[in-house]
Amino acid sequence: MTDDTDGMVSLMMEEAGAPAAVPAAADDAGTEAPAPIRMRARDVNVFYADKQALFDVDIDLAQNKVTALIGPSGCGKSTFIRCLNRMNDIIDICRVTGSITLDDRDIYGRDIDVVQLRARVGMVFQKPNPFPKSIYENVAYGPRIHGLARKGRELDDVVEHSLRRAGLFDEVSDRLQQPGTSLSGGQQQRLCIARAIAISPEVILMDEPCSALDPIATAKVEELIDELREHYTIAIVTHNMQQAARVSQFTAFFHLGELVEFEATEQIFTNPHDQRTQDYITGRFG
Amino acid sequence: MAAEHTVKAYDEELDRMNNAILEMGGIVEQQLAASIASLARRDDELASSVITEDKRVDALESEIDQLAVRILALRQPVAVDLRVITASLKVASDLERMGDYAANVAKRSIAIQEIDPIRLTHAISRMAGITQGMIKDVLDSFRDRDVERAMAVWRRDEDVDESYNSLFRELLTYMMEDPRRITACTHLLFIAKNIERIGDHATNIAETVSYVVTGTPVEEERPKGDVTSFHQASDETEATAP
Repeated sequence: MTDDTDGMVSLMMEEAGAPAAVPAAADDAGTEAPAPIRMRARDVNVFYADKQALFDVDIDLAQNKVTALIGPSGCGKSTFIRCLNRMNDIIDICRVTGSITLDDRDIYGRDIDVVQLRARVGMVFQKPNPFPKSIYENVAYGPRIHGLARKGRELDDVVEHSLRRAGLFDEVSDRLQQPGTSLSGGQQQRLCIARAIAISPEVILMDEPCSALDPIATAKVEELIDELREHYTIAIVTHNMQQAARVSQFTAFFHLGELVEFEATEQIFTNPHDQRTQDYITGRFG
Repeated sequence: MAAEHTVKAYDEELDRMNNAILEMGGIVEQQLAASIASLARRDDELASSVITEDKRVDALESEIDQLAVRILALRQPVAVDLRVITASLKVASDLERMGDYAANVAKRSIAIQEIDPIRLTHAISRMAGITQGMIKDVLDSFRDRDVERAMAVWRRDEDVDESYNSLFRELLTYMMEDPRRITACTHLLFIAKNIERIGDHATNIAETVSYVVTGTPVEEERPKGDVTSFHQASDETEATAP
């Protein structure tokens, strides 16, 4: 298991002995079997130098589900999501303890190739950040450097497929050679999503993907998120609680670095257990 | 009650809605008391005032509806706020029905004046007394978000149903004894039924209060005391309950 190409192979999920941190979704009750857990975080603590940013966080990301992370600014939700593909590695003073697994493999293990990890766990950021290249190249770049597709025809297919999946192809099919930056903000964000899915990730992390978009572009991205979950496991950080309610099946509420409540989204927004959750989602944070 | 919202206008709107419900409840409580008093004292004027008051109840219901729609549209309430708003809509509609029943009692008390008086209104007064207490308590439980008090009201409805059953049998006996009393007794029977329905709506409100506070509907089956629908015309002297 030391060969890092193993990272590319989707390991069979085992029902490991770790305690389940994923709550039962209301619509899963009874009829549907619970979705398998792809990523599992246990006792995650994060420190920026001496300052502790996260305290003992346990969260499971279930396959084909959208998990929303909400909470006031500085609550640690972005810090947490960045742990899931080791984006915090690039911050020198940042230290992560506890365990985070992807298909039961520790992503902080010595045998993990971070580049491969980030190919499996893709990320979309707050501000659309297309490369200063053509629309085509934005999407083709990843598959090419990862060796997923090299030749013209094969690459064309990957580009078209990714753009279609991101709901963008019909809008840009006649101008694939124009710069990605020539698109509108909402289109750029969907281009970034197409770029993320071009390398066939299994998990997609989104850090406030709609906060720089207008309501119509936001609605398109939300619709896209709902379609994408058929193929991927998704975690999304959002400041917009209605957005969390609209797009996610599970919601985690963070406050002051602590995971206060992690429940089926419907439960969180109709009858949360914790008073802090209630105060936050109803707009009573003092 | 929970802490205040960051946006003060939101709290003001919720307060307004809450106050409108309590005001509505207060009027309905008075309507019932006045309609029973008008029956006992044969006071047409008082009965007419009950009927007029119903317009205020209807206006308040409409105000609550509009406030709720406004808050839903502008504030996108969730969790306890959302439950309070859907509950307010239901409670307002229950109270509106209760007001209608009280007005109906008043109308019948006017109709009954012209007929040979029967000394039976004290049984109705007793039944109305229990129901009035239920209205008062259930409104207090709504104001204070007090589940225990609400559920006590919910259970008390059985007493109303039992009073109604015995009144039903008593009136049947009167009618059989003297067919000239049938008109008056029928009015009284409807009056009793109206009061019994008011009690039912009070239990609906009690269930709503419980839902607002706990977030889950009342699961328990309410004890049903009204068995008159099983009463057979031929069972002249037998008790209605099996």
